[in-house]
Amino acid sequence: MSTFTAIAPRPAPNATTGPLAWCKANLFHDWKTTLGTVLIGVVLLSLLPRLFAWTLTDAVWNGGYEACHAGNGACWAVVREKFRFILMGRYPHEEHWRALVCTLMLLALIVASCTRACWRPWLAGLWVGVLVAYLALMRGGFAGLRYVETDLWSGLPLTILLASLSMAMAFPIAVGIALGRRSGMPAIRSLCTVYVELIRGVPLISVLFMASFMFPLLMPQGFNIDVLIRVLAGITLFAAAYMAEVIRGGLQAIPKGQVEAAATLGLSYWQTQRMIVLPQALAMVVPGIMNNFISTFKDTSLVAIVSLYELTGAMGMAMNSDANWRPFRIEGYLFIALIYFVFCFSMSRYSQWIEAQVNKSRQR
Amino acid sequence: MSQPIIEFAKVNKWYGNSFHVLRDIDLQVRAGERIVVCGPSGSGKSTLIRCINRLEEHQQGRLTVDGVEITDDLKAIDDVRKKVGMVFQQFNLFPHLTVLENLTLSPMWVGKLPKKEAEERAMEQLQRVRIAEQAYKYPLQLSGGQQQRVAIARALCLTPKIMLFDEPTSALDPEMIKEVLDVMIEMAEQGITMVCVTHEMGFAKAVADRVIFMDEGQIVEQNNPHDFFNHPQNERSRDFLSKILGH
Repeated sequence: MSTFTAIAPRPAPNATTGPLAWCKANLFHDWKTTLGTVLIGVVLLSLLPRLFAWTLTDAVWNGGYEACHAGNGACWAVVREKFRFILMGRYPHEEHWRALVCTLMLLALIVASCTRACWRPWLAGLWVGVLVAYLALMRGGFAGLRYVETDLWSGLPLTILLASLSMAMAFPIAVGIALGRRSGMPAIRSLCTVYVELIRGVPLISVLFMASFMFPLLMPQGFNIDVLIRVLAGITLFAAAYMAEVIRGGLQAIPKGQVEAAATLGLSYWQTQRMIVLPQALAMVVPGIMNNFISTFKDTSLVAIVSLYELTGAMGMAMNSDANWRPFRIEGYLFIALIYFVFCFSMSRYSQWIEAQVNKSRQR
Repeated sequence: MSQPIIEFAKVNKWYGNSFHVLRDIDLQVRAGERIVVCGPSGSGKSTLIRCINRLEEHQQGRLTVDGVEITDDLKAIDDVRKKVGMVFQQFNLFPHLTVLENLTLSPMWVGKLPKKEAEERAMEQLQRVRIAEQAYKYPLQLSGGQQQRVAIARALCLTPKIMLFDEPTSALDPEMIKEVLDVMIEMAEQGITMVCVTHEMGFAKAVADRVIFMDEGQIVEQNNPHDFFNHPQNERSRDFLSKILGH
């Protein structure tokens, strides 16, 4: 009989050590990869200097449109000249500080809502408080503040307002719809299915159009809801339909045994959904939900169709209203592209953090 | 003799329109009795015990659990579920909650116990299944045998009168079966009513008061373990026993 001899664990062999070996293995492995590397290198080397020159060295940073017309590079002066118009749109110029304060307040609220330490009951109260303060300060009409109609609210503040409120409202609606589509009650189930199919079947533009122009026709004379609220409702209902399907995907993935175990423990339907099913289902679909959030953020630019001018609309208006600067709209669009990117990328990073949090229980 | 704690009277169940899974089941279980249900795959064993806490509904016949008839009445079902604990083949622990949270969930939300009391009770049960040191881990960080012991402890936290086991060791690696069976044997010695679907014939011999053999939706034979294993009366049970004990 032989005795067992333990073999001590050894580190895994490392095929690629150091950047040189990596390059050799991945960039110059054989003549085909070498050719590919060289070709791509040549293309990049011929393009990059021009891009660099256009963006930086030849760019016009200061001065008027004459300097831009004379120069060869990018006209960043247009951003300097128009940035308040681009960011704030039609909101009255001397009242911009109000929109700024409101938006910072709202952003702070959103950051707080994303922070674990703030996930307490008082957060709901904070939302109500901040929203009331936001509306009061943005609208004005009291204490000497000039009254600003909602259709003058525009630019980045409007983008952030529409996006954050529609996401915050769409999420609970989506959860409800997703649960409804799996309900045992046929009436609820078909209602939710019809809702999702109807909303998904039409473009957001037509939803906004209906919310803005058709809805008032159906209302009794003299009865009207603010256009901002109607548009907000439109975006919310639209986003909720998509998100509901993402969440339903997560619900489908929960093994039946989880619900059965909850049932044998005596938990009610709502307790089971709230404490067992939804936490697991939502954790699974964080990437999908964030996808929805990000596209909702960018979809807000479609409200231009109903004469609300959020960031993209305000930018277009800033350019179109001034023939001297109009040729430099590309620079303007790059500027707002950067703004969109900063927001969307932060959302994306946040979702990765959330994923790491919810996966803790699955780590060994 | 005391009133039966579980009573099936001519219970029938179908899956869909055609699959007759339980056929005229008549069965009485006395309080404190330990029953092992066995039989070939698809014979209706799991369905039988899942009717007891209404995870499956029967369509004909009467099923009474601790004096409550199981019907569509949700309140009756809730009542019964408070008295009946269940352990599943796949454990069905909640992976997003720690072991301790798995155990305190029901006592806190259904039993309305304060958190501290629920945790004390949970730790007691974890000690009983010898796994208290894992209380703050997540289920997926434990081995299969440990998870199943947690599942047993979770069911016991409801202080049930009846425990149902649905093939509790079938998903386990062989070296972990014993640790789960040991816990179950200890429970059996403490006098709780147990209905256990299992193929662990050693367990059946050691603790069962009665073995029930099912095939094709019927109870074919029931007897005490000694007679069942040594002198099976029915050709079907003889055939089944030769298959599972023959190797």
